[in-house]
Amino acid sequence: MSTPLLEVDHLAVSFGELHVLEDVELSVPRGQAVGIVGPNGAGKSTLLSAISGVERASAGAVRLAGRDVTRTSAAERCRLGVGRSFQIPRPFADLTVFENALVGAERGAGLRGAHAREHSLRALETAGLLGLANKPAGSLPLLGRKRLELARALATGPELLLLDEIAGGLTEAEAEELVATVLSLKESGVTILWIEHVVKALVQVVDRLVCLAYGRIRVDGDPHEVLASDEVAEVYLGGTAA
Amino acid sequence: MTVQTEPATQATALPAVHRGGRATALGLTGTAVVLLAMAALPYLVDTGVTAQLVKLCYLVALASMWNLLTGYAGMMSMGQQAFIGLGAYLLFVVNDHGLSVYTGTLVVSALVALVAWPLSYLAFRLRGGYFAVGTWVIAEVVRLIVVRFDSLGAASGRSLSDVTADPVLRRAYTYWLALAVMAAAVLGTYAVLRSRLGLSLQAIRDDDTAAGSLGVNVTRGKRIIYVTAAAGCAAAGAVICVNSLGVASPTQIFGVQYSALMVFMVVIGGIGTVEGPVVGAVAYFLLDKYFAQSGVWYLVVVGAAAIVVSLYLPRGLWGTLAHRTGFAVFPVRHTVRFRAAS
Ligand SMILES: Nc1ncnc2c1ncn2[C@@H]1O[C@H](COP(=O)(O)OP(=O)(O)OP(=O)(O)O)[C@@H](O)[C@H]1O
Ligand SMILES: [Mg+2]
Repeated sequence: MSTPLLEVDHLAVSFGELHVLEDVELSVPRGQAVGIVGPNGAGKSTLLSAISGVERASAGAVRLAGRDVTRTSAAERCRLGVGRSFQIPRPFADLTVFENALVGAERGAGLRGAHAREHSLRALETAGLLGLANKPAGSLPLLGRKRLELARALATGPELLLLDEIAGGLTEAEAEELVATVLSLKESGVTILWIEHVVKALVQVVDRLVCLAYGRIRVDGDPHEVLASDEVAEVYLGGTAA
Repeated sequence: MTVQTEPATQATALPAVHRGGRATALGLTGTAVVLLAMAALPYLVDTGVTAQLVKLCYLVALASMWNLLTGYAGMMSMGQQAFIGLGAYLLFVVNDHGLSVYTGTLVVSALVALVAWPLSYLAFRLRGGYFAVGTWVIAEVVRLIVVRFDSLGAASGRSLSDVTADPVLRRAYTYWLALAVMAAAVLGTYAVLRSRLGLSLQAIRDDDTAAGSLGVNVTRGKRIIYVTAAAGCAAAGAVICVNSLGVASPTQIFGVQYSALMVFMVVIGGIGTVEGPVVGAVAYFLLDKYFAQSGVWYLVVVGAAAIVVSLYLPRGLWGTLAHRTGFAVFPVRHTVRFRAAS
């Protein structure tokens, strides 16, 4: 078997005394789409941050295509092909929507000049933001900001795309559109890790679902089987009760 | 890994992206005309006029450097006087070694860049308000080190040893030097902003975590600007030194009032625009010219100007104009131009 694109090996992340991730094991082959579910505060976003280099691992390792990137900066990991969206959008408020994407194209994808501009426009088009290209990003409402998160991540030309709750708040039709977009990304060969509470959208895309709770991955497998599993029911009930 | 391109739909033709277009050429032509006219002034007007303009020139340079640091790279420095003072004092050193003060200014800014580079490692350990205070502390330490050298006049300042003898010529040269430093500061800022670095800097300023996640090397970008701004302030410091034929007192040239001045000019003019610092420097220059003799009223007027602008025009004079009209002498924004729907 060839080397998985992403390997998360005994990963732990702590914020002071708070041990959010204790021992996460995850291996994602190239081209696969994996969904992540889990109760609020389980550490899903923290896992994406540890993979993208925004948070440091306190133990364990992250490997990209076999290469250990545990000590590598977020910028370097982005250039190696990791694109991510932030759950709470982080737009460059004083730049235009187009320029936000251009940052990713120039720095993440390493493109220049007309190539970078074209690539940014494509990313905006894919995320459905092309019409707002000249707006200051700070003026976008929440949904627009979430789309911008997707557009910027795409502009970096990712091989591994990390999505964090991009479907929340969408109408039925918009969610359909988003599913189609993510599916087409998957078909083009992008490996996807997608955290989503809107399970209905998620299961239309992912090949595999993992459930994260209490610092570990509790269930891992076929999306429908995972959702039907006793562990997931228990974890969610436990999560709400806590 | 290789870069994956064109993830989705390819069908539609993409709109074009412009960046100022004709306005860019117009702005640069206009600037060239203004600079050439200013360069000709020593032949046209009394030396008193150009002597005053020397001050305007170094004020513009200082304001531009502070704007680059804070308005574009998000580094709020209160310690640029470290580099102003070092620029002035290193000019003594290179001048004593036989360099003219004019080439000396160039050498001095390069030397200060070399000093600023390791200092950035110290300063970058601090963030936000701590960074501002930290840079101020660094400036004080630099001053304390400089005044230990008797050859530099110790605590009492000193004069330049070798300057152009003919006073008329000297004033003209000084003015041209100041003009060149100003032009380099403003056009240099503009060049940085039009480059890829400029866009990355603004991303860092707005959100450094997001910038990092999009592949921007955050620390590297900040360091380049920290070093550049140090070199620019050193050049301004050298001009100040040449203009007064020396340094009257180290406390003055290393004084935090320079930082206050830079903040004032940039905020009045409009932070985060290339033109703003120029406008702010002109505004301060005029206030200074007409009210400096009025004793305490001078401070009242300057303070009132700062309050009025920050209350009613928080984007500053130029920033407000640019925001309302979309006008720019030095356009940096990208504009996606859609074809009119047919
Ligand atoms: N930078 C931080 N400093 C301290 N604690 C943090 C930090 N980031 C996250 N946490 C804490 O870590 C825990 C996990 O947070 P995380 O955002 O990863 O959860 P999540 O699974 O994404 O939740 P949600 O479904 O609500 O998005 C939470 O208790 C949160 O308060
Ligand atoms: Mg989350």
